[in-house]
Amino acid sequence: MTMRRVVVTIGNGYRRDDGAGLAVAERLRGRLPGGVELVECEQEPSRLIDVCDGAAAALVVDAVESGAAPGTLHRFDASAHPVPARLFRSSTHAFGVGEAIELARALGRLPARVIVYGIEGATFAAGEGLTEPVAAAVERVADAVLADVCNPEGDAAHA
Amino acid sequence: MGERRTIRTDYLARVEGEGAMTVRLQAGLVEHVELRIFEPPRFFEALLRGRAYLEAPDITARICGICPVAYQTSAVNALEDLCGVEVPEPIRLLRRLLYCGEWIESHALHVYMLHAPDFLGYDGAVELARDAPQAVERGLALKKTGNHVMAVVGGREIHPINVRVGGFYRAPSRSELRSLVEPLERAREAALETVAWTAGFEFPERNVECTLVALFDPDCYAIERGRIRSDSGLDLAPADYDEFFVEEHVERSTALHSHLRDGGTYLCGPLARFSLNHHQLSEPALQAARDAGLEAPCRDPFRSIVVRSVELVYACDEALRLIAAYEEPDVPAVPMQPVAGTGFGVSEAPRGLLYHRYRVDGEGTILDAKIVPPTSQNQRAIEDDLRDVVSRHVDLDDDALRGLCEQTIRNYDPCISCATHFLDLEVERG
Repeated sequence: MTMRRVVVTIGNGYRRDDGAGLAVAERLRGRLPGGVELVECEQEPSRLIDVCDGAAAALVVDAVESGAAPGTLHRFDASAHPVPARLFRSSTHAFGVGEAIELARALGRLPARVIVYGIEGATFAAGEGLTEPVAAAVERVADAVLADVCNPEGDAAHA
Repeated sequence: MGERRTIRTDYLARVEGEGAMTVRLQAGLVEHVELRIFEPPRFFEALLRGRAYLEAPDITARICGICPVAYQTSAVNALEDLCGVEVPEPIRLLRRLLYCGEWIESHALHVYMLHAPDFLGYDGAVELARDAPQAVERGLALKKTGNHVMAVVGGREIHPINVRVGGFYRAPSRSELRSLVEPLERAREAALETVAWTAGFEFPERNVECTLVALFDPDCYAIERGRIRSDSGLDLAPADYDEFFVEEHVERSTALHSHLRDGGTYLCGPLARFSLNHHQLSEPALQAARDAGLEAPCRDPFRSIVVRSVELVYACDEALRLIAAYEEPDVPAVPMQPVAGTGFGVSEAPRGLLYHRYRVDGEGTILDAKIVPPTSQNQRAIEDDLRDVVSRHVDLDDDALRGLCEQTIRNYDPCISCATHFLDLEVERG
C-alpha cells in the first residue's frame, strides 16, 4: 500500500534567487518514484495546505534569507515543531511557508511528516536567473529531496 | 521643541509581499508619512520591450501570484484594442468567469487570512485558527473554490496558461463547467456567512474624502472591462487614462505616486466599486449588504472587509449565472494580426483598477509598455489615511499605534508583490 506523498516547490522565477524552488522542480521532474506528486507553487503558499491534504508526507522547497552564505542548504523537520517563519520572509509571500505550515497544523491538516528545505538566496531583486551559488545548491537540494523520498524507512519512522 | 517619538517594525506582516512604511511624529504632530514601494512592474515594463505582443499576457501574469488573471485580462484588452479586435460574447463571458474565480480566491485570502485577525485581536490566521477553526476552514474552502474555477477555465490555478490574446487556447466544455456548480453553490453560502461574520466586527468610524474611481459597464458590475468613472463625474475610455491620471516621482521615494491631473487624490478598489456600482450587484449580494448595514457610498476603509465579503457573494452568484448561460464558443480564439500603434486596457483587479498600455510595431514587437497596478494608484490615499489615523491616535503607546497603522494599511489590501517589496514599518517619535 502506497501512501500519497508530495514535493512542493515554491518560488517566483522573476525574483532572482526566489526561483530556486522552481529550479529544483525542474531537476526533479520525471525522477520521482511512483506515489510522489510534484507540485509547483508560484508565489502563493497558502495553497500548500490544500496540496498537502491527505498526504502522509510533504517535502517543501523554498528560498530563504537568514544571513548565511548564499547557497547554504537548511533542512528542517517541521513534523512536530514550527520552522523559523522569519527565515522565509523574503520569499515575496507574506502569507509565508512557515505560516501555511502552522495554519495546517492548527487545523489538524498537516501531514505526519513534513520536511522543509530552505536554500539561502543572495538576491531577491526583480530579475531572471539564479546567482551562481544558488544554482549550484539547486543540484544538491534535488539530490537530497530524492534521497528523502526514496527512503521508506524515513517515512515509516514518522508515519 | 516637544517630544519626538520613533517606532519601528522590521516589516509589515499580512500584506501580500513586503514593503516599507515610515511614520515620524514631532511634538505629538505627524511630521512625515511615507510608504516606500519597490515596483516590479517597472522591471516587467523593461522585460516586455522587444518581446512579441502575444507574450504579454503570459509574462505579466507573473507579476502577481494573487491576481494573475487581472494582469492577463488588462494585457489582452490592451492588445485587442490595438488590433481592433472585439472578442465574441462567449469568449468575453468566459474571461469574466475566470476573473470571478480570481476575485473569490483573492478576497477569501485577504478577508480570512490577512484582515480578519486585525478585527478579532489575533496576531494572524494561525492564532485565529486555534480559536475559530471553522471560520478559517470556511475561508480556505472559499479560496479553494476560487482556485478551482481558475484551474477549470484557466488551465492552472496560479498563472493560468489558457489565456491568449484573442481568447483562449481551449474553451472548456459545458460539462466541465457544470462540475463547478455544486462547489460554487456551497461557496455562495459560505460567502453569505462571511458577510454576516464580518458585519459583526467592530469598526472605528472613518471616512476618507478622496475621489472614488472604478470601472463602469452598463450591462453588469464591472470586472473584466469598462469605462473609467469617478464619483466626481469622470467618464473616460481606457485610452484617455494618461490624460487624467498622472504618475509622479515623490521626493525620498523610489515610487511613482498616482494622482488626478488636477492634483487630487483618488482611491480605487472595493470601496469605489461598491460606491459607484452597487445597484448592479445581484439581489442576494445587495440583500447581504443591506443586512450588514452597508450604505453607498461607503468611504470607510475599515468596512472594506464587509464590501469584499459582499463582492464574494456577487462573484459566486455571477459565476453560477455565467455557467448556466454558457455556450461553447465556435472557436476558442479570434485570429490576430499585429497592427502598429498603441493599445490601452483596463480591468478591475481584486484590489482595484489595473491599467496597461502597449506600443507595438507592425511586426508585433512591443516597443514599450506601461503598467499601473491598483496599489500604486492607492498609495497616496493610503498615506493620507495613515497620516490622519496617526494624528488622531498620538496618545496610543507605540505598540498599539503600530498595530493601528498596520491595520490601516491592510484595509487597502495592498498587493505589495505588485507594488512593493520589503515593507518596513517605522514609526519614529524622537
